[in-house]
Amino acid sequence: MAKTYVSATINGESAEFLCETQQTLLDVLRDVIGLTGSKEGCGSGDCGACSVIVDDRLVCSCLMLGVEAEGKSITTIEGIANGDTLHPIQQKFLEYAALQCGFCTPGLIVATKALLDENPNPTETEARYWLAGNLCRCTGYDKVIRAVMDVAADMRGEKVA
Amino acid sequence: MQAFTLTQPSNIQSAVAAASEPQTKYIAGGTDLLQLAKDDIETPRQLVDLEPLPMSGIHAGPNGLRLEALARMSDVAAHPAVVHGWPVLSQALLASASPQIRNMATVGGNLLQRTRCGYFRDTGFACNKRVPGSGCPAINGENRMHAILGVSDHCIATNPGDMAVAMMVLDAELELIGRNGTRKVAIGDFHRLPADTPHIETILRPGELITGIAIPASAAARRSGYLKVRDRASFEFAVVSAAVALDMDGGTIRSARVAAGGVGTKPWRLPEVEAALTGKPARAATLQEAAGRAGEGAKTTAMNAFKLVLLRRAVLRALQTVAA
Ligand SMILES: Cc1cc2nc3c(=O)[nH]c(=O)nc-3n(C[C@H](O)[C@H](O)[C@H](O)COP(=O)(O)OP(=O)(O)OC[C@H]3O[C@@H](n4cnc5c(N)ncnc54)[C@H](O)[C@@H]3O)c2cc1C
Ligand code: SF4
Ligand code: FES
Ligand code: FES
Repeated sequence: MAKTYVSATINGESAEFLCETQQTLLDVLRDVIGLTGSKEGCGSGDCGACSVIVDDRLVCSCLMLGVEAEGKSITTIEGIANGDTLHPIQQKFLEYAALQCGFCTPGLIVATKALLDENPNPTETEARYWLAGNLCRCTGYDKVIRAVMDVAADMRGEKVA
Repeated sequence: MQAFTLTQPSNIQSAVAAASEPQTKYIAGGTDLLQLAKDDIETPRQLVDLEPLPMSGIHAGPNGLRLEALARMSDVAAHPAVVHGWPVLSQALLASASPQIRNMATVGGNLLQRTRCGYFRDTGFACNKRVPGSGCPAINGENRMHAILGVSDHCIATNPGDMAVAMMVLDAELELIGRNGTRKVAIGDFHRLPADTPHIETILRPGELITGIAIPASAAARRSGYLKVRDRASFEFAVVSAAVALDMDGGTIRSARVAAGGVGTKPWRLPEVEAALTGKPARAATLQEAAGRAGEGAKTTAMNAFKLVLLRRAVLRALQTVAA
């Protein structure tokens, strides 16, 4: 099958790729572009390990076609850190040991970024609700939520008790 | 997933023309269709992408709400006019799926999401809905999540949607366009009972497109609510859900709209409950008595008989909340 030419912005840089119509954005990111940070946990929208931000919306890249990325701006886990400097969210996940096997972590960090971009001052309930689409088999979520609440306070410039 | 071509129409007419070709499907948010295509449940040769069409508006006015078919679930749920004027709709959407899915999925696609019956979604099994005439393993199989209302000897799968249940108490009307022009259909007439053709799920004709959903404003719509019971709090399809809209005159119920999800082969209106509420004072005993009637004609299995009890309790709780 003929491939389609797609031009998009990925992590702030313009990107061009060829993809088959039935390839998902996740397939394209991992297999065509080589950005393997986004994970495929289920391929059916259930786990959130493939979460990316497309034009300011948090989505599951496993349920979006690669060709639909045309003209869009996409942020993946690879676009969160600033060079070698971890993003405060990443730093806080480390400090709180909010990960064990790490498979869900890229998705959770991207989802947290999307949450704090939209709502810098979430309540714990809001944070839990926002992150409900990201499953984690290891941490029991508690450390994740504590890391998220703490980094939110840091990023707002508040001193945390 | 088998290969398909993707057509990007420049207007509604060309979308309808393309979608009228054989083995063709529309794709909106893709959240159900791509999952079904990955599992070879849907095997389209051509997809007609609705995304390029300017059809995602949410228009709220004093007389009503009009959702264009590509409006995202998350945008409708968060719209201040919807939260205020049609709370049951906002609540049903917020109780649906995960944030990621709500950000992608459209209200048009939502009405056409397919059942979550595990046999339907696994090509290793027979299924009358997937392969007409092949049989229904659910009837004597794992059917805890299956329907108790509107079932047939051919299929007992639930319609899994939440939003359509809310729309049943709001008198929503769907706007359709096909090769032969436009038509309007009440939400209650859109989905079909399985009978002996469970593979035909709606009254949509080949290539017909949902363009919008019109919902009138009313006192009952403003006094409405959705209660969803599910196996886990994060996100999950309904075991049972209840939508209620009440038109009250002081403490008296002038008229009531009640519908249920998770129990029917289509979004299910409960006229037996509505009749028991009309003209009555909204007292505890009235609500209790009315909720106790829910599920007239139910046909349960050993595994899903609990749904009838749960339905009555869910309806009661929803009535108490909305009447309070
Ligand atoms: C993990 C997960 C959890 C979920 N949980 C819930 C839940 O709790 N409650 C709930 O209600 N739903 C739930 N859903 C289902 C979800 O709501 C649907 O997948 C979604 O609404 C479908 O919308 P879409 O735009 O993505 O449709 P698509 O997948 O693009 O399309 C679905 C179908 O509709 C057709 N179609 C789309 N738009 C139109 C149109 N305008 N006119 C004619 N045909 C059209 C397509 O051809 C296709 O057959 C869940 C889904 C996932 C993946
Ligand atoms: S209940 Fe319906 S969808 Fe499920 S296996 Fe039976 S026929 Fe198929
Ligand atoms: S891989 Fe996309 S949600 Fe699990
Ligand atoms: S850390 Fe293992 S799945 Fe979350």
